[in-house]
Amino acid sequence: MGTKNILWNCSKKAFTFGLIGVTVSDRYGSVAAVRGASMSPTFNPSTSSLMDDYVFVDKYCLRDYRLSHGDVVVFSSLTNYKERHIKRIIGLPGDWIGIRHCSDVLRIPEGHCWVEGDNPASSMDSNTFGPVPLGLVAGRVTHIVWPPQRIGAVERKVPEERISSH
Amino acid sequence: MFGQWRSVAKEAVDRALIMAEFCCFLHVIPNYLCSSTIVHGPSMLPTLNLTGDVVIAEHVSHRLGKISRGDLVLVCSPQNPRKIVTKRVVGMEGDTVSFFLDPNFGDRYRTAVVPKGHVWIQGDNVYASNDSRYFGPVPYGLIQGKVFFRVWPPDSFGPLGKD
Repeated sequence: MGTKNILWNCSKKAFTFGLIGVTVSDRYGSVAAVRGASMSPTFNPSTSSLMDDYVFVDKYCLRDYRLSHGDVVVFSSLTNYKERHIKRIIGLPGDWIGIRHCSDVLRIPEGHCWVEGDNPASSMDSNTFGPVPLGLVAGRVTHIVWPPQRIGAVERKVPEERISSH
Repeated sequence: MFGQWRSVAKEAVDRALIMAEFCCFLHVIPNYLCSSTIVHGPSMLPTLNLTGDVVIAEHVSHRLGKISRGDLVLVCSPQNPRKIVTKRVVGMEGDTVSFFLDPNFGDRYRTAVVPKGHVWIQGDNVYASNDSRYFGPVPYGLIQGKVFFRVWPPDSFGPLGKD
């Protein structure tokens, strides 16, 4: 009788904290692992390191979609809604962007953004799959939280020569 | 004396947790279970009225990948991420969809194949609907929920489903 009570109390507490955890991670911020080298040297600068970088993803910016050029964002993949990618926003709606490896220039449509990885040698980004609808953006990366020697804010960087804002 | 403070503190923490749990239910239920929406616009006539219909949408199916052809879905508009539109899924990935270039005039039509990870959405009212015929197939990740029931107006109270 006593153990049943304790078990019930424990599961109630676990349920409460789980609920609070889900709400906070959906509305305010969460931590995510960065896999792959498409954002070197900003994240995962060395392929020989055994551990992935962990970053803090801010969700509060999604209320009004307050995103600017140079923000690193997490977004759902266009080809598989269960996967998430982390890339940097290079262009916002209305900008004209020069596609890499191509002498084409493209105007980013309303409601979309152009994302690119910091490592042009190995990055599947908008140069491959085109502009990404802003509705797929799931958060903005603001800080690196692991490994300890690289804890710090993630800066905004924009390659000025490839984009022309309207 | 100290024991009194301890019991007051414990009760305060318990009450605070209940308040926090209530606030979290306010977030989790409309986002993960079901929510109600008011729909307006002519793009889903005659299925949904021009304005003022209240529908119930569930947010479970799209997370499990169970959206299929013919479902009424809530989708984050690809032209404006702050707007949520109600449309019907006409094609899933791999399907070939055909649509008239101008439904008012002429017979010319275009065919498109829906790419992997995308869906083709159309309003039931092809004459007044801004949908995939204009902005192309939308990624599955933009689907926010599936509409399955209408509660207002009272004479159309009942389930909504595939045609």
